[in-house]
Amino acid sequence: MRCQAKAPSTAAQPVHAAAASRLPPPFLDWFNRRGWQPRAHQLGLLANVARRRSTLLIAPTGAGKTLAGFLPSLVALMDRARPESGNFIHTLYVSPLKALTSDIARNLMAPLSEMDLPITVETRTGDTPIARKQRQRRRPPDLLLTTPEQIALLLSHAETSRIFAKLETVIIDEIHALMPSKRGDLLALDLARLASIAPGQVRIGLSATVARASELRAYLVPQTETQVTRLADLLTAPDGAAHDISMLETDAALPWAGHTTRYAAADILRAIGAHRLSLLFVNTRSQAELLFQELWRLNDDNLPIALHHGSLDVARRRKVEAAMAAGSLRAVVSTSTLDLGVDWGEVDLVINVGAPKGASRLLQRVGRANHRLEETSRALLVPSNRFEVLECRAAIEAAAAGAHDATAHRTGALDVLAQHLWGMACSGPISPDSLYREVLSAQPYASLTRQRFDRVLDFVATGGYALRAYERFARLRQAGAGRLRLAHPRLAQHYRMNVGTIVEAPLVKVRLAGRRGKRRPGIGPLTGGRLLGEVEEYFIEQLQIGDTFALGGEVVRFEGLQDTDAFVTRTSDPDPMIPSYAGGKFPLSTPLANRVRSLLAEPGRWRQLPQAVRDWLLRQQEVSALPAANEVLVESFARARRHYLVAYPFEGRLAHQTLGMLLTRRLDRLGAKPLGFVASDYALAIWSLGDVADLQRRGRLDLAVLFAEDMLGDDLEAWLAESNLMRRTFRINATIAGLIERRHGGRVKSGRQLTISADLIYDVLRKHDPRHILLEAAWEDAATGLLDIRRLGEFLRRIKGRIRYKALDHVSPLAVPVLLQIGQELVNAKGVAESILREAADALVREAMQGD
Amino acid sequence: MRSCARRCKGTSHMLELKSERLPLLAERAEQAISICGKSLIADSTGAVYWPAEAALLVADLHLEKASAQAQAGTFLPPYDTRETLIRLAAVIDRYQPRRVIALGDSFHDQGAARRIGADDRERLEILQEDREWIWLSGNHDGRVAREFGGRVGEEIKLAGITLRHEPACGSATHEIAGHMHPAAKLSLYGTSIRRPCFVGNGRRIIMPAFGAFTGGLNVLDDAFLPLFGNGGMAVWMLGQEGIYAVATRLLCRD
Repeated sequence: MRCQAKAPSTAAQPVHAAAASRLPPPFLDWFNRRGWQPRAHQLGLLANVARRRSTLLIAPTGAGKTLAGFLPSLVALMDRARPESGNFIHTLYVSPLKALTSDIARNLMAPLSEMDLPITVETRTGDTPIARKQRQRRRPPDLLLTTPEQIALLLSHAETSRIFAKLETVIIDEIHALMPSKRGDLLALDLARLASIAPGQVRIGLSATVARASELRAYLVPQTETQVTRLADLLTAPDGAAHDISMLETDAALPWAGHTTRYAAADILRAIGAHRLSLLFVNTRSQAELLFQELWRLNDDNLPIALHHGSLDVARRRKVEAAMAAGSLRAVVSTSTLDLGVDWGEVDLVINVGAPKGASRLLQRVGRANHRLEETSRALLVPSNRFEVLECRAAIEAAAAGAHDATAHRTGALDVLAQHLWGMACSGPISPDSLYREVLSAQPYASLTRQRFDRVLDFVATGGYALRAYERFARLRQAGAGRLRLAHPRLAQHYRMNVGTIVEAPLVKVRLAGRRGKRRPGIGPLTGGRLLGEVEEYFIEQLQIGDTFALGGEVVRFEGLQDTDAFVTRTSDPDPMIPSYAGGKFPLSTPLANRVRSLLAEPGRWRQLPQAVRDWLLRQQEVSALPAANEVLVESFARARRHYLVAYPFEGRLAHQTLGMLLTRRLDRLGAKPLGFVASDYALAIWSLGDVADLQRRGRLDLAVLFAEDMLGDDLEAWLAESNLMRRTFRINATIAGLIERRHGGRVKSGRQLTISADLIYDVLRKHDPRHILLEAAWEDAATGLLDIRRLGEFLRRIKGRIRYKALDHVSPLAVPVLLQIGQELVNAKGVAESILREAADALVREAMQGD
Repeated sequence: MRSCARRCKGTSHMLELKSERLPLLAERAEQAISICGKSLIADSTGAVYWPAEAALLVADLHLEKASAQAQAGTFLPPYDTRETLIRLAAVIDRYQPRRVIALGDSFHDQGAARRIGADDRERLEILQEDREWIWLSGNHDGRVAREFGGRVGEEIKLAGITLRHEPACGSATHEIAGHMHPAAKLSLYGTSIRRPCFVGNGRRIIMPAFGAFTGGLNVLDDAFLPLFGNGGMAVWMLGQEGIYAVATRLLCRD
């Protein structure tokens, strides 16, 4: 809990004595002893819970939000002489991060012991020992701190509905991060069941500032079958002091493209030197590694700078956190692992390296500086290329205007529903009619039709195949009175082994091998060694023995893989051969993209941009054009015997990739012979053998038709069917829905012959049962997630009749950044696989012919 | 059945869209593979055709694997038998063999005969018409093949070459076997691919699993060591459009 570090030492908002008197004396004393005053929103929430009103609390970072959430429960538990204690859970606290759960539990202990409150607090996560988990089901704590998956697991036991019978309060922390995800769907279904068990419960959502709070408010309360959406109450804490956000000033030349920000390292180091403690945020792990290395290369003063990201071993992360809290560090380079709620001592400068991608994201990161709300938070933005300068500028303006990104609207995922229905059947016989009504009360599923519900239920029962082959093996059997029961108790075991919604790429532990060079590669046992961290399995899979890559700020050499551990040795190579492994990547948010477009369209505002960027835009205006805010600019030109078509939609990388795939298909049909494309967050370039400009002159190609919205129909489906993306999506769906088993503890070698890859299932299903519910689920996921089809559709509608076309003789200044990206990305993975095989075969032929 | 097989070939989009690859396809769809002086053809589907004997060899069909899993509570799509038989029909159509020899584990388990659907059974019977059909027994299927047409045996000798399910211990010669589900992994330019493969050394051949829902064991796994010793082995990987001979030094472990 952030109560200690974040509750302010001065009274931010005067609180009336009457309001404060709602706090019982031990609490008032406790606040007073610390020289604190309860805040208005903390008392407001207390009052709301007293009236049994579910409430969304929106408060900026550092406003004592979590304490506000717990206060009503602590007060209630103190007030009462409770025979229930030890038999029932009073308050359930849910957070998206396991780490956050244990942090909060630790911090909650302090006030409890200082006030001498006889309240029991425990966590329950995947790491909780099995004996404690079992005991919790018999004798639960008053306050249980846990995750959505653990609640689902608890609910799958018949007898555990007892411990929830007197549940009074559910606190959902960081609800803005949790809700728009599959875990949010799972939690919504859990909540629906909890409401059936304990109808009177109050729900508290704790959120950072968002643009549309109504979706979060609807999420918090049970929905009814009427058209009217029910909303929880809203409490908003005032925003903190102003932010002082600026762009890094540098004399270094601004790169045209790329994401390394290497050019700015010296200036960043200077900024670190001028502050007590700086927090550096980057967007991907590879950027974190790169920046960290670059800083240390220049770090002549030996400023203590540390690295912190999700791939590092937990022990190493804890060490960095401790050093930071102790004040022995000057800077920490970090990825989004720290975006959410973990507490960080006296940070006085946040440096956001690379584009912020969204206004809310930026504000949350900036909020890490100066936990005292009253002090200005200082932040420095470091764009890594010219387009990012525009984006940073737009983000600064958005922050000044207090603009926020909206959480994406989503409908509940069908694979999560399948998992939930199975779990419910594990807890006892289910009645489809009442279960359907219960599911509808969860906001993400409020518009689920009965027909779809039944298909998902059928999937759980028999696989839901058009060929009704599995009726006799059905998991669910009639139990009389229209109810269904689990066919065999072992199916419940099966469910519990596979529950969960985050299907992360399996992680491989990276260990330092003991000796170097003694072994022949891949032969003999590898032993060792200190744990350096974990990386995604697919990254390790692409490595050959001897390849070097960066992890934990050092360059290591891959020595081999043994079971689930990858072994590496240290190397003195300054530069890793394998440049990166992907971390989280976020596409540019829609509101920020709008701001970038309007910035481009209004030369009067360019004064705030660096000279190099201004010159770049002026030159673009001269040789081509800059689009008005509601237009899309399309350019064509020839270069090195290739013809290029470049569009600037500013709709984010994902939507651009989809657009690229669809446009190349169309251009192919029109005889333009497209060869490939590349997409960035801002633009899309397609190159072809055919002359697109000439095709247009001869009336063979019409841009309005090329960009017509109907590309989202047949073209999309035809392309999707073959796309790798769809396969990856399907694998996730199949795992969540329980069709393929989650792998425990990494690979099992001898089982390889027997495991079936999701790819094979996908191909067979698509061919023989194309209307299967899981394919439908995969399509919906891809459409809203990785393909960003919704956004692409909005774009195509927006630009209808607003295409500004320029036929050029040369490449335009605006096109340079995206063209520089060519060659960095592979277009057609299937074609690539085939050409790799072909090349390997050719290598063999060459070898034979040369007698090598 | 024949017409069905042709229809399936026709729907392969890759071929229609990428006409420039057609010559390559003809070149790569099959590879000569020899064993103790006999020339065979390794097909990109994972089958072997032996022209001199007019025999088609397939290994590890694992028919009714999905329904076996369904019995245990995991509902894999019940189309694996259909898919495997359609592929088998296509390759039979292509070579018109006088005899088909299945090298064991043709059925995933003993209960397969009970679970197989009527239409899949009929598909199989049509394939068995007009040609000799031999089921060799594997560790999974035992004697279940007796419930289908064709002869059943432990192993068979053809022109001096022994065909059996499980490869004999040590560095045996004159043998074609299945059972191992060999697969190979290749990693180039940051992309890695893992495919079923043939593995051989001129004296013995181990065939990839033909079944639609079969996994693979990496040929660099220790299990292959005793079979090929230090004498080296040759690997032919199955691609989407062809079959490719790949140098073993390019292969990687899982």
